[in-house]
Amino acid sequence: MANAHAHDAHDHHDHHGPDKGIMRWIKTTNHKDLGTLYLCFAFTMFFIGGLMSLVIRAELFQPGLQFVDPEFFNSMTTMHALVMIFGGVMPAFTGLANWMVPMMIGAGDLALPRVNNWGFWILPFGFAMLLSTLFMPGGAPAGGWTMYPPLVLQTGNAFPMLIFAVHLLGISSITGAINVVVTILNMRAPGMTLLKMPLFVWTWLITAYLLIATMPVLAGAVTMLLTDKYFGTSFFTASGGGDPVLFQHIFWFFGHPEVYILILPAFGIVSTIIPTFARKPLFGYASMVYATASIGFLSFIVWAHHMFTVGMPLAAELFFMFSTMLIAVPTGVKVFNWVATMWRGSMSFETPMLFALGFVFLFTMGGFSGLMLAITPVDFQYHDTYFVVAHFHYVLVPGAVFSIIAAVYYWIPKWTGRMYNETLGKLHFWLSAIFINVTFFPQHFLGLAGMQRRVPDYNVMFTDFNQMSTIGAFGFFLAQFLFIGNMLACMFGKRDGKVPERVWEGAHGLEWTVASPAPYHTFEDPPLVGDNGEPVAAGKPAHGH
Amino acid sequence: MSSPAPATGQQRYFVPDPSAWPFLLTAGLVTVILGVWSALEDKQLGPLPFYLGGFFAAFIIFRWCRGVALESEGGKYSKQVDMTYRMGMAWFIFSEVMFFGAFFGALFYAREISLPWIGGEGAKGVANLLWNGFEASWPSNGPGNLGGYFQTMSAWGLPFVNTCLLLTSGVTITMAHHALKDNKRLACILWMWATVLLGVVFLWCQATEYIHAYHELNLTMHSGVYGSTFFMLTGFHGMHVTLGTLMLFIITCRLMAGHFKPDSHFGFEGVAWYWHFVDVVWIGLFVFVYVL
Repeated sequence: MANAHAHDAHDHHDHHGPDKGIMRWIKTTNHKDLGTLYLCFAFTMFFIGGLMSLVIRAELFQPGLQFVDPEFFNSMTTMHALVMIFGGVMPAFTGLANWMVPMMIGAGDLALPRVNNWGFWILPFGFAMLLSTLFMPGGAPAGGWTMYPPLVLQTGNAFPMLIFAVHLLGISSITGAINVVVTILNMRAPGMTLLKMPLFVWTWLITAYLLIATMPVLAGAVTMLLTDKYFGTSFFTASGGGDPVLFQHIFWFFGHPEVYILILPAFGIVSTIIPTFARKPLFGYASMVYATASIGFLSFIVWAHHMFTVGMPLAAELFFMFSTMLIAVPTGVKVFNWVATMWRGSMSFETPMLFALGFVFLFTMGGFSGLMLAITPVDFQYHDTYFVVAHFHYVLVPGAVFSIIAAVYYWIPKWTGRMYNETLGKLHFWLSAIFINVTFFPQHFLGLAGMQRRVPDYNVMFTDFNQMSTIGAFGFFLAQFLFIGNMLACMFGKRDGKVPERVWEGAHGLEWTVASPAPYHTFEDPPLVGDNGEPVAAGKPAHGH
Repeated sequence: MSSPAPATGQQRYFVPDPSAWPFLLTAGLVTVILGVWSALEDKQLGPLPFYLGGFFAAFIIFRWCRGVALESEGGKYSKQVDMTYRMGMAWFIFSEVMFFGAFFGALFYAREISLPWIGGEGAKGVANLLWNGFEASWPSNGPGNLGGYFQTMSAWGLPFVNTCLLLTSGVTITMAHHALKDNKRLACILWMWATVLLGVVFLWCQATEYIHAYHELNLTMHSGVYGSTFFMLTGFHGMHVTLGTLMLFIITCRLMAGHFKPDSHFGFEGVAWYWHFVDVVWIGLFVFVYVL
C-alpha cells in the first residue's frame, strides 16, 4: 500500500489521463468527461425534440390539416415529450451534477465512476431505439407520453420498443441517482457538513432520492402494459377485473415526483446564481433546504391531481386538491427567498443572472397557473386543454430549460477556460424571454376558451392566438443558435486572455478555488473546508472575507 | 491497509481506469432487447440476437464482477470505497422495493377498488349497466370470466413449504456470516452451500407450483386480474430468487477460492442483504397473495 501511494504521488496525469480519440469518450470514468457527454447528448436531444415541436406548431399555424396527418401529429406530441423529458432535461441536469457535485463537495470523482459511464451510455442506445420507432410500420407511439391504456396498446410494431426504451432510460436514471446520493453522503470533504453544502448539491440529493423511489414504479407500470398486450394479463382491462385507471394511478405516482425531478435541480441552480450576482449570501439557506425536502415529500401524495376528471370519489378529489395546494407553501418560501436575496444587493445583470431572473419571474407564473389547475372544479374545465399545455411549458421551458442555460453560461468559463460572448448572451436571453412568452402566453387563452391539446385541427376562432404561438416557437428555436454558437466558441475557440479561478467576483464555493479550465482531476486529496464553505489553508480561510 | 482517512488521508479514493465494460454491457442488453422486440412483433430476426446478446451481456457482467473482486482482493478499496458499496447496494435494494411496490399496489387496487366498483359499489351505477349481475369477490377473473373457471393455490401446501425454506435460508446465511467473522471458513462454506441448496429447492417448488397451477387449477396469466397479479408478483419474485441464488453461488465459489476476510467482506454482505430482501418480499407475497 505504501508503494502504491508513493507511485500515485507522482505526476498522475500520464498515469490515468484520458485515452485518445473516440475511446476516451466510450471508456471514460471521469466525472468531467461524463458531464460533458451528458450535456452534449442533452442538447442534441433538445434540438431533435425542438424540431418535433416545430412540426406541431407548423401544423397548428392554421386550422384544418396542412402538413402532416393526424397520426403523425400525435406521434410528434408523444415523442416530443419523451425526448425532451428523458433525453433533454434529465440528462442535462445529470450532466451538471456530474460536473459540479464532486467539485462542490471536494470529492475526486463520483462514487461509482464505472456505473456512471454505464448510466450515460445507456442513453444513446435507448434513444436510438426510441427514435427508430419513427420508421416502423404503424409509426411511432402516438398515445401521449403518459402511455395510457387502452389507447397506447394500439401502437404498432413500435410498442415493445417504447416499453424497453423506457426500461433502459429508467436504469440510466437510477444508476445516475444512486451515484449522486452516494457521492453526496459518502464523499464530502472534511468540514463540508450537510448544512454547508451548496444548494445545488442539496436539491440534487433530494432529486436523486425521488428518482430512486419512482423510476422503478414506472418500470413496473410499463411492464404491466407489456404483459397486458402480449402475455394475456388484464391489469388494465375491466372485463378481467382490472382497471385502466389503475395505470394512471401507478403512472402518476411516478409522474408527479418526476415533475419535481425536472425542477428541483433548477431551484438549486437559481439559488446558486442569484447570490453571486446580488453579491449577498442566499437569504434563508436552511429554509431553502427544508422547503426542498418538503416539496420532495409532498410530491408523493399529490399524484391524482392529474386525474381529477377520471371519476374518483369525492374524498380523493378533495384530498388531492388540498395536498396539491400545500406545495405552494414551500415553493413560495423559495421564491420569497430569491427575492429577499436580491433585496438591497449590489446587482449586476450578466447572462446567467438574466436567465435566473427570467426563471424566477416566469416559473412563478407557471406556478400560479398550477394553483388554478389544482382547484378540482376548475380543473374539470381546464383538463386536457391548452391551459395545461401553457402551464407545464411555463414551468419547464422558462423554468427548467432556462435554469440549464443559466447554469451553462455560469459554469462554462470554469469548464473551458474561455469566457462566452456577453453581448451575444444578452441577446440570446432577450430573444428567448420574448419568444417564449409569445409562444406560450396565448395558449392560456386558447385553453380557457376550450381548445383541446393533442388535436391537429381546431375551431377557426382560435386561429390568431395559434399563429402568435407558432411564430414564437420558431423564433425561440432560431434564437437558440446564438447559444449553440456561443458555447461552441467557448469549447473550441481561440483562447484570448486568462480566465481567473473565481470567474465571478461574487461567487463562492469550492469549484471557484480550482483553475479555469478545471484540471482533469480535482480534489483527489480532499481539501479541509472552513466555515465559509471554502478550503482552509494553513489554519485560515483561503479566501477570507 | 490504510486508515479510513476521510481527511487529507493516506489512501486516495479508488477511481477505476477507463473501462469498456459499461458500453459493451449496454450493447449486449440492447441486442437482447432487439431479439425480444422481434419475437414480439415482426418475427424477422429470429432467436439469434437474444442468445448472442444474452451470452455476451452475461460474459461482460462476469468480467466486470471479476474485475471488482480482484480490485477488492488487491487491497485497492479503502474504508470509504467500502462505504460507497454499502450505500450503493442499500439504495439499489430500495429501488427494488419500489419496483415490487408497483405490483403490490396493483394487487391492492384491484382487490379493494376496481373489483368492488365493477360490482357496482359506490356511485358507480354505470358499472351495473356494463356488467350486469357481476358481484365482486376475491379471487376473481372479472366480469368477463377471462381464462375460464380456475382454482387458487392453497397457501398451506407448497407455498408454506416455500416460506419455511426461505426463512431457513435466512438463518443459514446468517450462520455463514457469523462463521466468516469468526474466521471459521469451512463452516462458512458449508452454511453457504446449505443456503444455495435452499434457494434451488425453493425455485424447484415454485416451478412445480406453476405447473400445478397451469395443468390442474387452470390458474394462468390469462385468469383475469387474479392470475395477472399472482403470476406477476410470484414471477418477478422468482426471477429475483434466481438471481440471488446465482449470486450466493458465486460468493460461495469466491469463499472457496480464499476470498474475503473476517473484517472485510462486503461482497458477501451485499448478497446477504439482497437475499434477506427477497425473503421479506416473499413474506409479503405469502400474506397478501396466498393467505389473504
